[in-house]
Amino acid sequence: MATTLSAATYPRRRLSQKTRHTINGLLFAAPWIIGLLVFWIYPTLASAFYSFTKYNGVMNPQWVGFGNYIKLFTEDEGFRAAIYNTVYFAVVSIPLAIICAFGLALMLNAKIRGQVIYRTIYFLPTLVPEVALALVWIFIFTPRIGLIETPFRFLGIRGPCWLTCAQWARPTLVLLALWIIGQQIVLYLAGLQDVPQDLYDAADVDGANFLSKFRNVTVPILTPVIFFHLVTSVIGALNFFAIPYIMTGGTGFPANTTLFYSIYLYKNAFHYLTMGYASAMAWLLFLFTLTVTLIIFRSARLWVFYAGGEE
Amino acid sequence: MAVETQQARPTISQNSSRRVTAKYLRGLTRSTLIHASLVPAAFVFLLPFLWMISTSLKPDTQFYAYPPVLIPNPLQWSNYPDAVTYITFFLYLRNTLTIAVLATIGVLISSSLVSYSLARIPWPGRNFLFILTVATLMLPFQVTMIPLFIVFKNLGWVNSWLPLIVPHWFGGALYIFLLRQFFMTIPMELSEAARIDGASELKIYRSIILPLSKPALATVAIFEFIARWRDYIGPLIYLSDQELYVLSLGIYEYQSQYGAEWGLLMAASVLITLPIILLFFFLQKTFVQGITLTGIKG
Repeated sequence: MATTLSAATYPRRRLSQKTRHTINGLLFAAPWIIGLLVFWIYPTLASAFYSFTKYNGVMNPQWVGFGNYIKLFTEDEGFRAAIYNTVYFAVVSIPLAIICAFGLALMLNAKIRGQVIYRTIYFLPTLVPEVALALVWIFIFTPRIGLIETPFRFLGIRGPCWLTCAQWARPTLVLLALWIIGQQIVLYLAGLQDVPQDLYDAADVDGANFLSKFRNVTVPILTPVIFFHLVTSVIGALNFFAIPYIMTGGTGFPANTTLFYSIYLYKNAFHYLTMGYASAMAWLLFLFTLTVTLIIFRSARLWVFYAGGEE
Repeated sequence: MAVETQQARPTISQNSSRRVTAKYLRGLTRSTLIHASLVPAAFVFLLPFLWMISTSLKPDTQFYAYPPVLIPNPLQWSNYPDAVTYITFFLYLRNTLTIAVLATIGVLISSSLVSYSLARIPWPGRNFLFILTVATLMLPFQVTMIPLFIVFKNLGWVNSWLPLIVPHWFGGALYIFLLRQFFMTIPMELSEAARIDGASELKIYRSIILPLSKPALATVAIFEFIARWRDYIGPLIYLSDQELYVLSLGIYEYQSQYGAEWGLLMAASVLITLPIILLFFFLQKTFVQGITLTGIKG
């Protein structure tokens, strides 16, 4: 690396500064330019091509036109279940995560003693490797005998069946996902600490009460953080993989209620070796992610407040 | 004049001291209420971790005891030595560390070079490259997953660590973004002065920008190390030989056809969680900075 760079900068007197900057800029960015082409752009295009083929990863891909897409939408029960579960998870867990993270950050911001300790504790589960977290959850959420049954036993009733029955599996995963909002809490807290005090002072002068200060000062100032949380958690929910995969072995048990989009895609690609079919799923996911993020970005104009004024 | 103000003062301070007391009391109730909701929340957040530690020290007769046993008696420390011998724990640890360290070094070097180009060298294509970089953050990993697997298969890299290490030597979009934001905050005059003195870009990068960016570089290093340490899907796709396994795959081996060895499994879970927790405690400031850098400035 060092030799190529010094070789490029050697004839500096003969080159204009602009040319020199271009050469250096390209050289410094070279790893990423190559990386983008090899690890991002080529695979994205290849995946689009595969999505129109029948391909098992070994034989040459066979062109089938829109066959994979048609099959996905007309015949595939697993695909429908995966979409339903994933959308359910996103729609229920994201608002809950925003409310919980925002709420806890608000309380942490109230200049209370032990703020750092609380923050550390809330952050802790996000540090535990997903495998370890999923395993300890399996253990805690064992119906009838797991730790989670304690309050139910105390009351003399039977607790829910958690991940072992169809009506509880989805809500259980939503609940579990609420454990890992530490990063968002940190973000909201940082955002809250950035709210200029004079805004509150001005509101005090106007005789605003706590609720109206919250609605008219705190929330608007934090909308960029909510916006960021929303975008990243939509992408995160659509990619939800490791935890349900580990907890259920990727079986979708019970009755396909834990079969998430990413899991079904992974299984198609690496278990059933229908890689063309899985690529079609991947591209649909891509287009869907793009649409949703675009809608969120478009809607930002209506509700996200930038302290620097318009734009 | 002076007399008047002196007379006026006591009433004001009386008034305000009463107000201060009322305010203090109100503050006290408020903070009590807040703690009353923060403490149970803290308990809930700690629970998986506490239960992991507790179970790791239990004999198998106490796993499902009712009422639950938080502090086992006796403490079965032998779960730990048993855990590391039941599976080839140290081999998996070495594998995990090798991948994590090599990937982290690669991502640090490449991402900082690229960010330097994007933030400190004015060249025509850099904004376009930056937009592409941010765009990749939106791309679901599933889109590139299959073609990349095919590429690595054709290279003969499947069932080796190379697919888990080599891509990181070409930069990571999130880190490039983060470092670019940081590099831009360093005054441009520093670079210009150095250029007038005849310093090469590589020299400016190495002796001005990097030393000034230690906190941001530390953030990148920690984030990447932890991401690789926790990585699950990468090893799941690419590793099939048991000798190449990392901890996140090896940990499954505590489950047998007779059920899971929960005591050993939890002991191993504590062991793979502990390094990250320790890193976090020593470098908490860097962590928080990193999270807010990626979040708010975006």
